[in-house]
Amino acid sequence: MSEHVLDPAETERRKKALLDPLFTNNPIALQVLGICSALAVTTKLETALVMSVALTVVVAFSNLTVSLLRRGIPSSIRIIVQLMIIASLVIITDQILKAYLFDISRQLSVFVGLIITNCIVMGRAEAYAMQNPPWRSFLDGVGNGLGYSMVLILVAFVRELFGSGRLFGVSVLPLDTEGGWYVANGLLVLSPAAFFLIGIFIWVLRWFRPEQIEEGN
Amino acid sequence: MLRGWLDRARPLFEEQGRLHALNPLFEAVDTLLYTPGHVTRGAAHVRDGLDLKRMMMIVVIALMPCMGMAIYNTGYQSHLWVGGGGAPLPGWQSALYAQLGLGYSAADPVACLVLGALYFVPQLVVTFAVGGAIEVLFASLRKHEVNEGFFVTGFLVPLTLPPSLPLWQLALGVAFGVIFAKEIFGGTGMNFLNPALVVRAFLFFAYPAQISGDVWVAAMPPDAISSATALSQLAAGEITVADLSFTTSFFGLHPGSMGETSTFFCLLGAGLLLLTQVASWRTMLGVVAGAFLAATLMNVADPTTNPMLAVPFHWHLVLGGFAFGTVFMATDPVSSAFTDRGRLLYGVGIGFFAILVRAVNPAYPEGMMLAILFMNVFAPLIDHFVVEANMRWRRKRYGRGAA
Repeated sequence: MSEHVLDPAETERRKKALLDPLFTNNPIALQVLGICSALAVTTKLETALVMSVALTVVVAFSNLTVSLLRRGIPSSIRIIVQLMIIASLVIITDQILKAYLFDISRQLSVFVGLIITNCIVMGRAEAYAMQNPPWRSFLDGVGNGLGYSMVLILVAFVRELFGSGRLFGVSVLPLDTEGGWYVANGLLVLSPAAFFLIGIFIWVLRWFRPEQIEEGN
Repeated sequence: MLRGWLDRARPLFEEQGRLHALNPLFEAVDTLLYTPGHVTRGAAHVRDGLDLKRMMMIVVIALMPCMGMAIYNTGYQSHLWVGGGGAPLPGWQSALYAQLGLGYSAADPVACLVLGALYFVPQLVVTFAVGGAIEVLFASLRKHEVNEGFFVTGFLVPLTLPPSLPLWQLALGVAFGVIFAKEIFGGTGMNFLNPALVVRAFLFFAYPAQISGDVWVAAMPPDAISSATALSQLAAGEITVADLSFTTSFFGLHPGSMGETSTFFCLLGAGLLLLTQVASWRTMLGVVAGAFLAATLMNVADPTTNPMLAVPFHWHLVLGGFAFGTVFMATDPVSSAFTDRGRLLYGVGIGFFAILVRAVNPAYPEGMMLAILFMNVFAPLIDHFVVEANMRWRRKRYGRGAA
């Protein structure tokens, strides 16, 4: 492999596959996918982080597998095949979490299982992995997973810090109910807060990237 | 004289002037005092020659009785408690009041007004400072003139809040309400929710400890007396309406959000709003009708299982924020329905859901805020169906086939 000189255009494409989903084509901020889990698991950084890793692993390997099989999948049943692959990966992830991170797995409850229906995973398999070679698809999966993770962790950071005065469960802003000075903002613990925060993220992002603003109708 | 002063100052703020950056602020002050050079000609908010600022002035004048009552009652309730064995709230307001040496006596109207003003006026000032600053910021960013839309909202906000609310929470709530209910949708006239209620909803969900339960009187309670509103006591089954005086409730001498307690003063405002046709009588009528429907249904259905189900209709009108919400919140022309029949339906929805939340949801003794916000969301849909129905009706009447 080391002798093999890579086509610079291919390097560029790989870089794009990995890095574009962060800001230029963020799955949550631009395509507005995967919102459900972003609301549910972001009250704490810990759960958000585990969820991010789980999703990144699933989307990366589902992209890889779908891409490897892409020439053999009959077009008429491709969604079923993609779903089988994703479901298998999600079950494996879920079992691993149950075995090694039982507490967090319990807090995440159904949301790991629901990665199967996460539009980001299906979307990337259908839109990218079906047309692109395996290694690049894998990078695209990792990139999209990271784009999702970035939003999740930012949202969880704000929600946990200002909603309950903690980070990773460690008290950072001492709460007034425990003799400190910080009055926790109860709204941030409720799900709608994640909508507001994702909204603010999109707002700031589009401020810097006005080309992402959609045409009004 | 004022006109001359403003005209002399104008060049400073124009294109070449030194203070051009502050032009939106100048524009706002100028047009607030005088009719702007160019008035709204389209049917943006009102369907006649009255311009937006004149309309807002009328709403503010209609709010004056409520505001006076808010100041008086806030002081009155505190005096009652302190006189009854409680203590003043710790805080700068109490310290300042002690300096004035007026003493605590509920019978002294001056003392009531002064103490009430010490709680009400700071909230008003903070609301306007924060809301105004955000308006100016957004106007400068968008290179618009400052929109007068915050003017009425600013007066409404403190009237919907308990007197003891910490001012920093108020500031945060106002910032949230103005940015998220109004500015991100494009400013005044573009919002689909009532911004003043969004401020209250934010505080209600973010800091429940400071806006529900025993927070309605700005004083430390005498032993074993709860400051909970009549509604929450009714919901908890601690009292029945027989323990309350209808007259006291009607005139509003009971604890509650500062401006909401007095149905009488809300009605005075309603009179002016209806006389000048600034607010829609259809909305108000709808709200009362909806409340009547819900309350009567509950009275008839099963008044034994839940004490709130047995509360008669006329009591709902004088308790909690019902009157204030009906007169000043539901009628907001921007966030309510636009069509005449739509306004009736929208009102009925508000009245019905408000009573439903009051009686059936154990978590929320008061349902007015939630009902109005809920129906705000549905207002465009109601309008859509009213317009559709009208088109169908006309088609039928003029005998044309389906287009």
